[in-house]
Amino acid sequence: MSTANGTPPLLEVLRLRKHFPLRGGVLQRIHAWVRAVDDVSFDVYPAETLGIVGESGCGKSTLARLILRLIEPDAGTVRFAGEDVRGASPPRMKRLRRDMQLVFQDPYASLNPRLTIEDAVAFSLLVHGTPRVEARERARAMLGRVGLDPRLYGRRYAHELSGGQRQRVNIARALVLDPRLLVLDEPVSALDKSVQAQVLNLLQELKAERALTYVFISHDLNVIEYVSGRVLVMYLGEVVETGTADALARSPKHPYTQALFASAPSLDPDRRMERPPLAGDPPNPIDPPSGCRFRTRCAFAMPRCAEAPPALRQVGATHEVACYLYEAEAAVAP
Amino acid sequence: MAITTARPDELAARVTAPMSYWRTVAWRLARDPATLVAGAVLVLIVLSAVLAPWLAPYDPNAGSIRLRLAPVGAPAHLLGTDEQGRDMLSRLLWGGRMTLVAALTPVVIGFVLGTGLGVLAGYVGGLTNTLVMRTMDIFYAFPAVLLAIAISGALGPGLPNTLISLSIVFVPRVVRVAESATVQVKSLEYIAAARASGAGVRAIVRHHLLANVLGPILVFASTQVSLSIILAAGLSFLGLGVTPPAAEWGLMLNTLRQSIYVNAVVPALPGLAIFVTSMAFNLLSDGLRDAMEIRA
Repeated sequence: MSTANGTPPLLEVLRLRKHFPLRGGVLQRIHAWVRAVDDVSFDVYPAETLGIVGESGCGKSTLARLILRLIEPDAGTVRFAGEDVRGASPPRMKRLRRDMQLVFQDPYASLNPRLTIEDAVAFSLLVHGTPRVEARERARAMLGRVGLDPRLYGRRYAHELSGGQRQRVNIARALVLDPRLLVLDEPVSALDKSVQAQVLNLLQELKAERALTYVFISHDLNVIEYVSGRVLVMYLGEVVETGTADALARSPKHPYTQALFASAPSLDPDRRMERPPLAGDPPNPIDPPSGCRFRTRCAFAMPRCAEAPPALRQVGATHEVACYLYEAEAAVAP
Repeated sequence: MAITTARPDELAARVTAPMSYWRTVAWRLARDPATLVAGAVLVLIVLSAVLAPWLAPYDPNAGSIRLRLAPVGAPAHLLGTDEQGRDMLSRLLWGGRMTLVAALTPVVIGFVLGTGLGVLAGYVGGLTNTLVMRTMDIFYAFPAVLLAIAISGALGPGLPNTLISLSIVFVPRVVRVAESATVQVKSLEYIAAARASGAGVRAIVRHHLLANVLGPILVFASTQVSLSIILAAGLSFLGLGVTPPAAEWGLMLNTLRQSIYVNAVVPALPGLAIFVTSMAFNLLSDGLRDAMEIRA
């Protein structure tokens, strides 16, 4: 599926699926399903950053929670370093949780208002049996590493900190367990542009320093391009295109990816609005369109797009796209 | 009471060493005049109830036929005497004891049991939630007064039965508040973060959930104290609560009510005591609610 450079993937996600039931009425009968994540597969290799991009509501956050088994998938497998995460026994799961951590999107809701940030970071260590004094010491060191002087901030509560500072606490809390994989669910979306850059640079430094592997989820293409080596484009719970960040930026194949790049604000005047940006809202994931889910907003939709969903097809060495436009090798990019 | 202002050096100390949450709450409470007055009144009431055996000038149950319904300010009887010639001051002091026990115990029981059940229902969800909450709804469907009267009526008069019936009134109310607070907190990301770090249910509930739901539940429970005082007194008034000749404010109100045409002031005294006490609890819980709010 991706760079076959010999090393086994750190994280393998295979045909992962999660549909949420919608219940209603007195008897709480299920009357519809939200197809949040539908047959998503990808691999993440050690030390790389896989970016996952898509509009809000396309299942990115659900995917993050599925990977970490915060919610149980309906089908599919997640393997971490070859080990099946879904089938892990509770003690084994607890061990696995040290190796894969999550940084949350909302810097306000993700910190317990009743804990000092030092205690919030130390909590993860205490859970894994680190003695109290040592846990506090390590938490303080970690806070210092993410740019929050523990002498100034350690005893403060989350509501006394700014959004950027809180996100640093979140990062410290995730990293204090020394994970190998960090899933970042829109880690900078709630922050100002200037603070975003600081936090992104901090994440890049930490990654190099601790040999981390990132799964970086964002709706912001500029952010994704900046941090990712490889990018996965999601639309309504499905993967529509994968490739290196460079390849995607240079020649996006899927009409949705093209629209995403066209609508991303760019500083390069030549790249602005070459194509009409995406019109309308994404269709309701409760009842997605038949066949290709993007066809209702696609400028190139053909009759067959409604019949069956296109499969991911190789269009370059590390570039795959799920679109009928590229079925023939000779297909000309629109 | 002097209003203290922080000196600059105190302020500097505060900036470098932020206060713990409960110290902040206490600091805010101490700065709210209405709460301070209510608190002072309550301290007086509680002290007078606790110290009743030493403060009361007479035996609360010893009457004198010749000294019935003496007016307020009568010689040797500061607050007059009741319809059996018993000293009103002594009876009010002893009655406060009984009323406070009858009113506070059910709220404490309601707080403990209600929090337990509510957190369980809210955190576990699913069938457990349905079972617990629908059962509570059955009790909740009746007005508080009616439910208390019905249960007391079925159990019979007496203090223990009053406590049981009032507890049954308050448990479902606290459960509802605890459940909704739990459901709300449970969905926040810091709970998911705790799960992601490998914490078990017990650690999450103890360190992350309870710390954040106890505040709102405590505030709600404190608002219920005044209702409980009135219900406890009401049950005694109806003859379903504390049995005569024990002194209890509601019961005193009942036995004195026919005397209102002879002496209007003395029968009003237990009512006034009930009013002042429940008012003070209400003001205190308002202050508590404001002080416990987390301000950014």
